[in-house]
Amino acid sequence: MTLRIENTNSSAVNAAISSERHRLGASATGMVLTLVIVTDEQHQSEAARAATYSANQHPCRILVVIPRPGRGKPILDAEINVGDRDGPGETIKLRLKGPLANHQASVVLPLLLPDTPVVAWWPGAAPSHISSDQIGSLAWRRITDAASASRPMAALSSRAATYEAGDTDLTWTRTTPWRSMLATALDEPFAKITSAQVSAQRGNASAALLATWLHSRLHVPVTLKFNRGPGITDVCLETSAGPITLSRPDGSMATLSKPGTPTQRIPLPRRELRDLLSEELRRLDADEIYESALEHVSEVLAPAKGKKSTPTPKESS
Amino acid sequence: MRAQGPANPLRDPGDRRLPRIAGPCGLIMFGVTGDLARKKLMPAIYDLANRGLLPPSFALVGFARRDWDDEDFSAIVEENVKLHARTPFRQDVWNQLAEGMRFVAGEFTDDQAYVQLSEVMTELDLQRGTHGNHAFYLSIPPKFFPIVVEKLKNSGLSESAPGSWRRVIIEKPFGHDLDSAQELNRVVAEVFPPRSVFRIDHYLGKETVQNLLAMRFANTLYEPIWNSHYVDHVQITMAEDIGIGSRAGYYDGIGAARDVVQNHLMQLLALTAMEEPVSFEAEQIRLEKEKILSAVMIPKDLGRHTVRGQYAAGWQGGEEVKGYLEEDGIPADSKTDTYAAIKLEIDSRRWAGVPFYLRTGKRLGRRVTEIAVVFKRAPHLPFTATDTEELGANALVIRVQPDEGITTKFGSKVPGTQMEVRDVTMDFAYGDSFTESSPEAYERLILDVLLGDPPLFPRHQEVERSWEILDPILNYWDTHGKPEQYESGTWGPSAADEMLARDGRTWRRP
Repeated sequence: MTLRIENTNSSAVNAAISSERHRLGASATGMVLTLVIVTDEQHQSEAARAATYSANQHPCRILVVIPRPGRGKPILDAEINVGDRDGPGETIKLRLKGPLANHQASVVLPLLLPDTPVVAWWPGAAPSHISSDQIGSLAWRRITDAASASRPMAALSSRAATYEAGDTDLTWTRTTPWRSMLATALDEPFAKITSAQVSAQRGNASAALLATWLHSRLHVPVTLKFNRGPGITDVCLETSAGPITLSRPDGSMATLSKPGTPTQRIPLPRRELRDLLSEELRRLDADEIYESALEHVSEVLAPAKGKKSTPTPKESS
Repeated sequence: MRAQGPANPLRDPGDRRLPRIAGPCGLIMFGVTGDLARKKLMPAIYDLANRGLLPPSFALVGFARRDWDDEDFSAIVEENVKLHARTPFRQDVWNQLAEGMRFVAGEFTDDQAYVQLSEVMTELDLQRGTHGNHAFYLSIPPKFFPIVVEKLKNSGLSESAPGSWRRVIIEKPFGHDLDSAQELNRVVAEVFPPRSVFRIDHYLGKETVQNLLAMRFANTLYEPIWNSHYVDHVQITMAEDIGIGSRAGYYDGIGAARDVVQNHLMQLLALTAMEEPVSFEAEQIRLEKEKILSAVMIPKDLGRHTVRGQYAAGWQGGEEVKGYLEEDGIPADSKTDTYAAIKLEIDSRRWAGVPFYLRTGKRLGRRVTEIAVVFKRAPHLPFTATDTEELGANALVIRVQPDEGITTKFGSKVPGTQMEVRDVTMDFAYGDSFTESSPEAYERLILDVLLGDPPLFPRHQEVERSWEILDPILNYWDTHGKPEQYESGTWGPSAADEMLARDGRTWRRP
């Protein structure tokens, strides 16, 4: 059951949460974090559903902050849901109207679970400098999604320019199934790798991160090629004994071929938002592998001329 | 243990997103029609594949006395997966898995069947890419172990080429007393080295059981009180509400103590009582478990401190049910215990004087497995006697199933003006809400076998030590009287309550 209160403040919201908990007879709850989602009306429902699903693995308080800037008085409206059929924990939707839309931290701060990590998530548009944003600075981990921007590559560059430990982006999360399959392919002996190539739909930012990751781990030139997709379609590691390729032309089923081994088919589906989020919530420490992949992403997007250095990933089409 | 090559450049210890996927391998299931195979093993394999934890080359071979071909077998597996798998059924995942399924029809005693199995395994190595890594899951009645193991040896299937492995997985019961357990170990050890033998105790794959180690050793909070200065006693309970069903052939002559106490409850006792390991490597955990089990003592007076029972007719949770002696296939003079309660002590500094009460039974009040650590009462209570009349003992309870989680029971003031104190229980449940995504125990264990990661598997020393503890009790029971009847749906025979009352204690109603 959803409790709605209008024109209120955080203290009253806290009291309402307590009384809802009390009414349901829930005593102790084992919460592990507070998830603050900053979004808009259009995306809040999908984001909240993904978060509720993740709360099954990571019980948490979910604060959905929906700024509604505009003229008029500053008003806070709240919708409170304490433990429903979809999942455990509490989901509180907060609509910040008028000038209040710019004072998100003042509303959110009193509602954070005591002495518990805070994760901030911007499913859509995100501030340019997330770690110094008023909500971002409250958070231990900050999740953005460059793929939701109109120009994902540019958004990813911007993340790279402002990276602070604790930042992460769902474009990186989307590479996990590829990275894990490629890592498995190299668990068996392999010949010397000389170069690599990643092919994907034009504008796919995950492909750029996959390319820079391969470059940083394998220290070979990596090329990024674009096609019609969907998503990432191929990764090819050239070795002295022949290519190791992981190919997924249909966005769902992949084929892995290695020299001297029969070709194998593996499901490699494009994951849903809720699974991406669950993966992100699994660890709260800084992701150094992401950091090092992100570092070189700007080189992929704007190859520097006349740079004397070890081979860098270059873009070709 | 995968083939050694240069270290994998794509794996970094700091990259914790990458799951540990098993290397190329196959699983050969001996016995594919039992409940375990259908309801647990086949679905677990599918769930592992669906979670992306099995290699694309994974192969599943069924070996049984059925007139099936490969397609028949995979149809049976598909049916069971659809019925019992934890994760949603996806056709593309299934298709990929089904491509690696084979069936060998034959008797366990038939040499020709093993020749055929060998051919199938070779074909899988070449065509599917299993690389010579194979695990044999013996989901078969114990009497067949020696013959199957011997045939595996004679046919050469238990030997692995350099760079690949062969493992054997066995389920309980691991023998039915010390001698038979030792004989079983000897038979298996002749063919497979100890590190290739994986004994499955599925409790050890459960989230809460592992959480017991995390709780004890990751926190400062519990260790200081986890000893005889503060703990009054420990109760370990595994209760079922079902009867033996159609398993008379298996159960009669075995009984609750052999079926549950010797393995699950001893393992839970070991994990609760053990000293802290220096690391969570398999070897270190085993050392501590063996050490603590070696210090376990049985009571001198077995008549006063052990109890066995048999369920009688009654009403179980709203249904009328028969007594054990009335079940199909059970002789009227059977002395098999369906309930066993045993008091044990541990001869160590930490636990001297702290009784461990283990009990298990069928047709009890409800299905529950828990470990209750009950603390001593405060030596002096600054309250009046009437104010604390309702105050019990503090308890920390690890709920293994259902509703996995932890309960803390402590005294708290009753709201109001007077200082009256009563018990309140605080439940931390990561059970129901986590079951959606919490892997089933078999998924974890099968994956660990395929990864060659053994911390959750008892070694034969633990198995034998558990029998050493239990054998004298079983022998005593054989020669003294018979089990006491208890009404189905209750919590066991009155003798069990008397057993604790003698020590000034009572059973927790779980």
